[in-house]
Amino acid sequence: MDIELAKWIPWIPAGAAVLCGLCAMKRQLRVASAPICILAICATFGITILISGSFSPNGNESVKPKTVEVFDWINIWGLKTFSSRIPAESYANGNPGSKVIARDGTDGEKEFVVRKPIFVAGFSYLLDSLTIVMLYVVTGVGALVAIYAAGYMAGDRGYARFFSAVCLFIFSMTTLVMADNLLLLFLGWEGVGLCSYLLIGHYYNKPTAVAAAKKAFIVNRVGDLGFMIGIFTAYIRYDTVVIHEMLSTVSATMQNGATDWRDHLIPFMLMLGAFGKSAQLPLYVWLPDAMEGPTPVSALIHAATMVTAGVYLIARMLPLFEISPYALPTVAVIGAITALFAATIALCQYDIKRIFAYSTISQLGYMFLAVGFLSTAGGIFHLFTHAFFKALLFLTAGSVMHALAGQLDLRKMSGLRKKMPVTCWLMFSGCLALAGFPFTAGFFSKDMILAATFEKGINEHLILPNVLGVIGLLTALLTAFYAFRLWFRIFTGPEKYEMGAEHHGAEPDHGISKNGSVQVEHVRDAHEVSWLMNAPLLVLACGALTAGFLGDEWIERMVAASAARPAHVPMVGEGVHLHGLMMVVSGVISVVGIMAAAYFHWLNRDAAEQFADRFVSTVRVLTNKYYVDELYDAMIVRPLRVVGGVFYQFDRLVIDSLVMGLGFLPRALGLAIQPSQRGTLQGYGIGMAIGMVTIVVLVLMAIASGHNS
Amino acid sequence: MVVSELHSLVLSHFLFTGAVLFILGLVGFLCRRNMIMMFLCTEMMFQGVVITLVGFSRFHGNLTGQTFVIFVLTVAAAEAALALSLVVLLFRRKRTLDPEAWSELRG
Repeated sequence: MDIELAKWIPWIPAGAAVLCGLCAMKRQLRVASAPICILAICATFGITILISGSFSPNGNESVKPKTVEVFDWINIWGLKTFSSRIPAESYANGNPGSKVIARDGTDGEKEFVVRKPIFVAGFSYLLDSLTIVMLYVVTGVGALVAIYAAGYMAGDRGYARFFSAVCLFIFSMTTLVMADNLLLLFLGWEGVGLCSYLLIGHYYNKPTAVAAAKKAFIVNRVGDLGFMIGIFTAYIRYDTVVIHEMLSTVSATMQNGATDWRDHLIPFMLMLGAFGKSAQLPLYVWLPDAMEGPTPVSALIHAATMVTAGVYLIARMLPLFEISPYALPTVAVIGAITALFAATIALCQYDIKRIFAYSTISQLGYMFLAVGFLSTAGGIFHLFTHAFFKALLFLTAGSVMHALAGQLDLRKMSGLRKKMPVTCWLMFSGCLALAGFPFTAGFFSKDMILAATFEKGINEHLILPNVLGVIGLLTALLTAFYAFRLWFRIFTGPEKYEMGAEHHGAEPDHGISKNGSVQVEHVRDAHEVSWLMNAPLLVLACGALTAGFLGDEWIERMVAASAARPAHVPMVGEGVHLHGLMMVVSGVISVVGIMAAAYFHWLNRDAAEQFADRFVSTVRVLTNKYYVDELYDAMIVRPLRVVGGVFYQFDRLVIDSLVMGLGFLPRALGLAIQPSQRGTLQGYGIGMAIGMVTIVVLVLMAIASGHNS
Repeated sequence: MVVSELHSLVLSHFLFTGAVLFILGLVGFLCRRNMIMMFLCTEMMFQGVVITLVGFSRFHGNLTGQTFVIFVLTVAAAEAALALSLVVLLFRRKRTLDPEAWSELRG
């Protein structure tokens, strides 16, 4: 298929974003924004399918990445001087678009100057199999979430605004995954950050949502500062920001061993950006708060796509990380610690969306663990399956919230199985996949990660991978437990629930039909959601259950064919293979976790209470999320506020008084000589007379002194 | 006899007389509190200047200065008519001739 079609992938949603924005202006047109958005995303999904054929590897040969240029974005020319013609010309031949100019040098000799582009960052897209996998995730999940949102957001005042931002997000995210240079990637990176901010703050009259949006934006700035320093350093070190040129320079450097300190700085800086965007320790604090946004946004941006950008970045720039011996182990350690840390917090939360948010952080930790031990395939595979089941879980949580009028508290819902049968079983399949129940999607990808970790530890006799692998297994147990704690609490047990106070931010007249009669059923009681919302969930559920054995081979081949293939890949047939063993171990672990959850939260809920009572202090720490928010508040936010206050007072007292004082000077002068303007005729007359006399006296004195000299 | 005494008048006599008239007019203009008197004082200052012009005319032996005087007197007459009528108008407004009554432009 025609590769050139790919250039439309970001631009169709961009156009749709503008159209939806226009729809927002007219009340009658608002409903049109959902179909526009859905069609645009489906179109990009279609294009992805069409072009993916060219990138599916047959056998083991790698597929050449292709570049599609849209337009020259930034192109800065510079001069490079040579002392003789031959090297100058050979240099120029190697750099298309450059030109040799002869000129007289300072010492009379001829100099040869090559005029060439020194900084090129085109709006051009790099297509390889890794990009295709990411495009499938972004456009596929994006389309399903958009369809769900068409039902979920119905009646919302910001309906068109919402879909406009979703389209803009798809534009930014596809730009991010298709960028052929780091600068364009950064543009997409900031674009998704902006859309995340806009969508978290969708209910802008809700103070917590506004605060959460600001928090997400500011915490991401910390990471992005690191990312920017990384890009700058990479340009200084490798003379280019184009990714494939940079990576080939890196492999050359790796082979001749001529590394310097910048090679170690770059991966750590890029890592900071990745940890910010993907909500890893210590920059994860924004993601749980980001759940203030509408639920489809949580599913699309804060679970399936945007937060995986960090994993994508490391996979894409893998050689850059391999060059430093410390970079990838750091990624793995942070990933594993975050996975365990977030999973423990998820155990004791009561807000269902926040449980899934911590679960997302934990699963992203898994992906970093995989990438950190060079199992890019495992990381991307988990990214792929996680997109299915986490989007599904968030959307079903959204359905529950929708049915219960905004109720999110796990303690206030129970036994909804009868009221919402479809949602119940959809969420069940999502929880199975999250828990890694045998033969679901999460089972295969988690197994791939853990097997790769232990294989590395055993084959290379390292302690670190084994320790992190054990942490991974422990996390898997906790994951199974908290996923089913949530499911059993919501859907089993006695039917008992409280409705929430709001209707997920909708207009107060939502649920009131046109003729004014109140549809009591809709507003007051729990109900199954419409099929417009359940149909996309069905697709996601199929993915969550089957993407594992269908995607296993495919992803491995796709990743192996791309630049994300690690350079130091162990030879096939060398060392132990643990896939089979790992499948058994992780399968047993997930079943144990699910059974424990069933005992404590379905069969014997009192036991859970007693169990919690025995570990009061631990539970309190976990419920308060290890007091990390409080710690950050005391360590960063408050000192910054104090510094800000000091600067404010300095500005007010010193700078303002200086400026105001200068401004007062002419006024004071005016006030001083104001009395001379008495407004009386004779007063002015005296002035004139005195002036005239003065002039006459001066003239006479001048004449007199002229005579004397 | 009379002619010879006239002939003994030199330029400085004229200038002195003109200066005295001018200064008297100026002092009167600055000190009087009656607009008509102030106006007459300005006329007096005119005459001081006019005498100076006549004196210089004589001194130089041509009629340029005296020609000037004719013009000045004509303009002064016209201006007197105008100024006095203005004074009448101002008086009608405030029923007083005191110039202090007109000080709206005080700073």
